[in-house]
Amino acid sequence: MRLSNIVHLGVKELRSLGRDPIMLVLIVYAFTFAIYTAAETMPETLNKAPIAIVDEDRSALSTRLVAAFYPPYFTPPLLISRAEMDKRMDEGMTTFALDIPPNFQRDVLAGRKPDVQLNVDATRISQAFTGAGYIETIVATEVAAFARRYRSETVLPVDLALRARFNPSLNKAWFGSVIEVINQVTLLSIILTGAALIREREHGTVEHLLVMPITPFEIMASKIWSMALVVLLADAASLIFVVQGLLKVPIEGSILLFLAAAAVTLFATTSLGIFLATAARSMPQFALLVILIILPLEMLSGGFTPRESMPVVVRDVMLAAPTTHFVSLAQAVLFRGAGISVVWPQFVALIAIGAAFFTVALLRFRQAISQMV
Amino acid sequence: MNAPAAAPVASLRDVTLQYGAVRALDRITLDLPAGSMVGLIGPDGVGKSSLLALISGARAVQSGRVEVFGGNMASAAHRGQVCPRIAYMPQGLGKNLYATLSVQENIDFFASLFGHGREERRHRIADLVESTGLAPFVDRPAGKLSGGMKQKLGLCCALVHDPDLLILDEPTTGIDPLSRRQFWELIDRIRAGRPGMSVIVASAYMEEAARFDWLIAMNAGQVLAAGTVQELLASTGADSLEAAFIALLPESERRGHKAVVVTPRPADHRDIAIEARDLTMRFGDFVAVDHVSFRIEQGEIFGFLGSNGCGKTTTMKMMTGLLPPSEGQAWLFGQAVDPNDLDTRRRVGYMSQGFSLYSELTVRQNLELHARLFQIAADAIAERIARVAERFDLVDIMDVLPTALPLGQRQRLSLAVAMIHQPAMLILDEPTSGVDPVARDAFWQTLIELSRRDGVTIFISTHFMNEAARCDRISLMHAGRVLVSDTPGALIETCGAASLEDAFISYLEQATSGAPVAGVPPPALAGNPAERPPARRFDPRRMLSFAHREGLELRRDPVRATLALLGSVFLMFIMAYGISLDVENLTFAVLDRDQTTTSQNYILNIAGSRYFSEQAPITDYADLDRRMRAGKLTLAIEIPPGFGRDVARGAPVTIGAWIDGAMPTRAETVQGYVQGLHTQWLTEKGGLAVPVEIAIRYRYNPDVKSLMAMVPAVIPMLLLLIPSMLTALSVVREKELGSIINLYVTPTTRLEFLLGKQLPYVALGMLNFLLLTALAVTVFGVPLKGSFLTLFAGAVLYVVSATAMGLVMSSFMRSQVAAIFGTAIGTLIPATQYSGFLDPVSSLQGAGAVIGSVYPATYFLIIARGTFAKALNFGDLQSSIVPLVLAVPVLLGLCVLLLKKQEA
Repeated sequence: MRLSNIVHLGVKELRSLGRDPIMLVLIVYAFTFAIYTAAETMPETLNKAPIAIVDEDRSALSTRLVAAFYPPYFTPPLLISRAEMDKRMDEGMTTFALDIPPNFQRDVLAGRKPDVQLNVDATRISQAFTGAGYIETIVATEVAAFARRYRSETVLPVDLALRARFNPSLNKAWFGSVIEVINQVTLLSIILTGAALIREREHGTVEHLLVMPITPFEIMASKIWSMALVVLLADAASLIFVVQGLLKVPIEGSILLFLAAAAVTLFATTSLGIFLATAARSMPQFALLVILIILPLEMLSGGFTPRESMPVVVRDVMLAAPTTHFVSLAQAVLFRGAGISVVWPQFVALIAIGAAFFTVALLRFRQAISQMV
Repeated sequence: MNAPAAAPVASLRDVTLQYGAVRALDRITLDLPAGSMVGLIGPDGVGKSSLLALISGARAVQSGRVEVFGGNMASAAHRGQVCPRIAYMPQGLGKNLYATLSVQENIDFFASLFGHGREERRHRIADLVESTGLAPFVDRPAGKLSGGMKQKLGLCCALVHDPDLLILDEPTTGIDPLSRRQFWELIDRIRAGRPGMSVIVASAYMEEAARFDWLIAMNAGQVLAAGTVQELLASTGADSLEAAFIALLPESERRGHKAVVVTPRPADHRDIAIEARDLTMRFGDFVAVDHVSFRIEQGEIFGFLGSNGCGKTTTMKMMTGLLPPSEGQAWLFGQAVDPNDLDTRRRVGYMSQGFSLYSELTVRQNLELHARLFQIAADAIAERIARVAERFDLVDIMDVLPTALPLGQRQRLSLAVAMIHQPAMLILDEPTSGVDPVARDAFWQTLIELSRRDGVTIFISTHFMNEAARCDRISLMHAGRVLVSDTPGALIETCGAASLEDAFISYLEQATSGAPVAGVPPPALAGNPAERPPARRFDPRRMLSFAHREGLELRRDPVRATLALLGSVFLMFIMAYGISLDVENLTFAVLDRDQTTTSQNYILNIAGSRYFSEQAPITDYADLDRRMRAGKLTLAIEIPPGFGRDVARGAPVTIGAWIDGAMPTRAETVQGYVQGLHTQWLTEKGGLAVPVEIAIRYRYNPDVKSLMAMVPAVIPMLLLLIPSMLTALSVVREKELGSIINLYVTPTTRLEFLLGKQLPYVALGMLNFLLLTALAVTVFGVPLKGSFLTLFAGAVLYVVSATAMGLVMSSFMRSQVAAIFGTAIGTLIPATQYSGFLDPVSSLQGAGAVIGSVYPATYFLIIARGTFAKALNFGDLQSSIVPLVLAVPVLLGLCVLLLKKQEA
């Protein structure tokens, strides 16, 4: 193995990429606009949850209730009839529908504890739970406050002071933007290395390399470092200029530590790209493989939904994915300000996964190379 | 008939064609006579192909006027009218054919594009394959035909619609002399059967030019001379066309040329440099190389002569160690070829067919890269490059990209690259194909010098006879076997032939004795062009023939269809089970400063719920901070001192709770849980009097199970990602491989082409849909409560939109990599985040909300959830079906706009 070969071949890869303007534009798009939009779009907490109210009481209390729902948590409530309620919920226009019965105010003041019906579209699972909890609290508080003006009640004064650490307002864009960056890193690194290898095979330059005094290890290592470098640079720029700069996400921890982790992750994902390229016989097959791999990597590594919510089997299988460790490390480093003393287990896991992927890819690459010519 | 007296079939006035900085055609004014065979001669890269592409309508006219059949080719209406009368066979063996389709299927496809009925097509195909001798091979895939057979098939495809103008771009480059002779005989017979047909042929073989009625000699985008063969010979006073052509060249280009003189090799016997014994290569049942043996002495020029696909390249690859032989062995310098032996590689220079240079690196960068890879000492590199550049005449073009160079210069660069490390042996695989005669002669001069002066052993393959004659010894190869091996002189003598070509043909005829070559053109070939069906704006039959063809290709690549089907099943499983918002097992710990039964009761209330699992108590704030930073705790509770006492007294007291907000979605859920548990505790303690009862009804999914909500949502996501990826490469791949030309030169409209390509993938997508729906109902137990027909109708519209999105990317992008990446970023984020998969579209903001409101996935998601969970039918979901109906024409219209009907 010669380091100089790896360096020179890698420089060649960089030059090739530099001559593909459309690809460069796509990379820039993926790491700027795509991330910015995705982060800006993410609703904060319970954002503009569509609510409608069937007011069959039309009293001071029911009017007070209607006024208690306002943006940004809820859309201004739509006053509808019972018949409309079913239709709107069927069409998915309304997630929450609150039905205030006739004589509600009278019954409350008489201490009869009347029923208020809250209909929740439970197919909207992301809002259903949280929203129902919010609405329950709002209704209870408003009605209690209204009642207190007319009757005296004793209340146990135990308060719960809930604070969210590391992201006090639970702004989804903070975490979301970082996850988007991680997703683009994974996607781009797999496609760049994999497609570069297939293209080299389609254009016949691989055989040219193989008649030279160069080992498959050198060819593979050169592709890995060069493409990883491109992605790493894009990653760093995106984090500093888009996430920190444009989106104003406060980053508590060390960006360098995060980038070091990104480099180790890239070692694994670029190896994965090469492996997929050796498994696919043509570009269309490679494209399908990419989708099959990227979707679970993006959706099950803890960035999309919490890992705690996944079945144990899925959680255990996903431990073999580099992104799982990268996502948890990114949370710790960027938001909780954790140092290497805290995140070393993730580093160890990433290095182990990277080494395993690289070894498997190298074995496959050696084997596949004779069939490439 | 040779004089262009009658109305010309095509005429050009002041035609200029520019590719970036390169001027391919420079103010050409020319009339091509009708009813005759016109030859365009000249080396590669002088503009012959560009000229033919303009005449055929494949390429758009930039400036000047091109008239074919008396009409302006810049007008789309005229092109639509005349293109059924033109047949165009582009350069490159079988470039416009479909490799996985059989001979029969290829011809049938082309015939159906021109609107012939089934019976008529069957007739014509039978006639064509009979007359071209392809009849025994009708079921063989085009990719597995030899070069000569591919060209015959190309001709069949071109002739199937009785063209009045046949345009052939280098039809015989790269095929063996026997096939070449047969090809021209075939053309002659066809012309005899259809005397009115005009033929325009481009050729780099000067010896072929003699058969043409009318010749146009071209160089550097300009016409050097035009006229009959006799006129050209007479005007230059040359005795051969090759000499005449060189004489016609401008002085500056001719200067370097001198006739190749082969100096005899010193007679002393030298060591054996290359030896092969019984080399055999099998690919499956196919024997590519069959027991080939030879020995090459040091300093010898040894030639391999044979058609494309006869095994020359495979043999050479085995010699370099690129391919391990199935049987037999090879030695270089007395050492057995070992793919892992890097030292031998240093002594060999290899130049592969098609000059596989890095097109993204400049000439200098290419040389430098190879010098470094061959480990030439760093301080010697500059000097070595300078020397090589000098020797191969590259000094002036050191900073140019290879793609911008004419083929002759690229070939010199390839040789320079192969020679940079001063190897003792050169293995050259067809180094001269497509290179002009002057450059070819100069190249040979270098080879002879290398062999005679430096003692470099040269193993070269070629299909040029005059080059074979310059080798010290040659082997004739055919169908994987060496027919004969000797010096060129001895071969001619043994056969008693007049030339090496004749000798080769006689050997080939012996080898293939009995190969069917029919003699008479069947009468049907002289069909009546007046029966041509009228041109139609949108012809469903043409669309179906594209669909049929794409479907066949998809069937021939079962891996892709299987991946698409099994892949979506796999993804459905992991996503339906994996994505869930029911968060459990959250870690929490308590900093209990009170330590009374009341505080413990409060803690038990949390620990007892299924959501939280209690960790070791927190000792102090530092411990709390450390553990939260490490992500060990999702929730930390602090109970103040005197909590129990205050509660008993009814004094105000506050419990502190910290949630890890690093992942907001999870934090929100935790917040809800904690709040709920707190209220629950208060109520139990009788401390909260709520004067109202709130009855929550979770509709459509009473148990609020993630699976019930997820499964119907996963279907739209998968039906977008996979079908769009399937079509994403369909157009751009044809662009890269060249068969897009069939869109340019046939009457096919863009819409027919796109819809035809789309249909098979829509069918595959619908199969996918049925599979996923069946899985959802059976395996996942998610009942389909609403109307299946509504869901099905929505799915059809949606899959059409999804495949159209892939087509949009494919029409727009120029490389396959960009198409994959573009499709991935164009579908992944919108499908997972802007379409209401988790957060409803109405809650989104900014650009994502806009995208979400027009994205097809949004509406199909509503339909899927509506039919699965909400028991809805067509009437209820109309408002979501309408946007899908609108999306189809919008997306297809965009494709049509982005796709070009001509090469720009």
